[in-house]
Amino acid sequence: MEREGPTAAEFPPDRDLVERLRCRDEAAFTLLVDSWSGGMCRLARSFVKTNESAAEVVQDTWLAVIKGIDAFEGRSSLKTWVYRILVNTAKRQGVREGRSIPMSSLAPTDEDYGPTVDPSRFFDGGHQWAGHWRESPAAWPSPEQSALSGEVHAQVIAAVAELPDRQRIVITLRDVEGYSSEEVREILDISAANQRVLLHRARAYVRGRLESYFAAIGAERVGGEAAT
Amino acid sequence: MSALDCDDLVELVTEYLDGALDAETERRFVDHLAGCDPCSRYLDQIRQITQTLGSLSPEALPDAARQALLDAFRNWKR
Repeated sequence: MEREGPTAAEFPPDRDLVERLRCRDEAAFTLLVDSWSGGMCRLARSFVKTNESAAEVVQDTWLAVIKGIDAFEGRSSLKTWVYRILVNTAKRQGVREGRSIPMSSLAPTDEDYGPTVDPSRFFDGGHQWAGHWRESPAAWPSPEQSALSGEVHAQVIAAVAELPDRQRIVITLRDVEGYSSEEVREILDISAANQRVLLHRARAYVRGRLESYFAAIGAERVGGEAAT
Repeated sequence: MSALDCDDLVELVTEYLDGALDAETERRFVDHLAGCDPCSRYLDQIRQITQTLGSLSPEALPDAARQALLDAFRNWKR
């Protein structure tokens, strides 16, 4: 069930899209629904309990977009505006479901600060090389070694799923959906500095998780050779 | 000016990639990278994470929900 959206180059500009939606142009609406709903589902999933519930949030969002398009003033991009509606809809749905995520604020908490790389990886104070890597991070198999790429994707998805909600929401918008820090500020009402704290910790966690994975399969391979 | 060590650099990679470092810190960041293979590798691995995340294929809206939306749009009257 592949429904590929058009590439950015052929995607109509906001002004055309808004005008066509206001004229009830079904092709324009279908294009937007098919291009954006997948990413919207993924983001909504961080606020609600089930995939079904996330799909409902996306559906409700599009209905709100239909109702609100005449009042859209173009102060942000159309997509950012749609995502703002999505986040508000998803938050309300999450509250109804009793999700205990920080609904009013996605601001970092104390546990989001502090070193993101285990300090024992570096020489400590007093040492001639204080603050430098004791041992370089190990090289990873190159992305071109595609036998691994499916498993790498699975590891990365699993790592993102383990993140605290606020970190997962930010890394999903920034790195999966490709929003700029400014757009994420508009969508989530969170300062650039605060979102960077969350994004940084999230990326470091995913890197650490992938590092452990590569170390484990490396050890397995070595162990396997030793056993034969 | 205190030195920018490896354990400082790893905490600045997100700001660096966002172009959010002040000019002086960015210069020290780049200088450090130029002479430090482990930190270059660390930065490459963070980049690899962001690239992998950006290449994940989107989930799709269930067909029934999609159809209901298109119907709703069709029936939407001024």
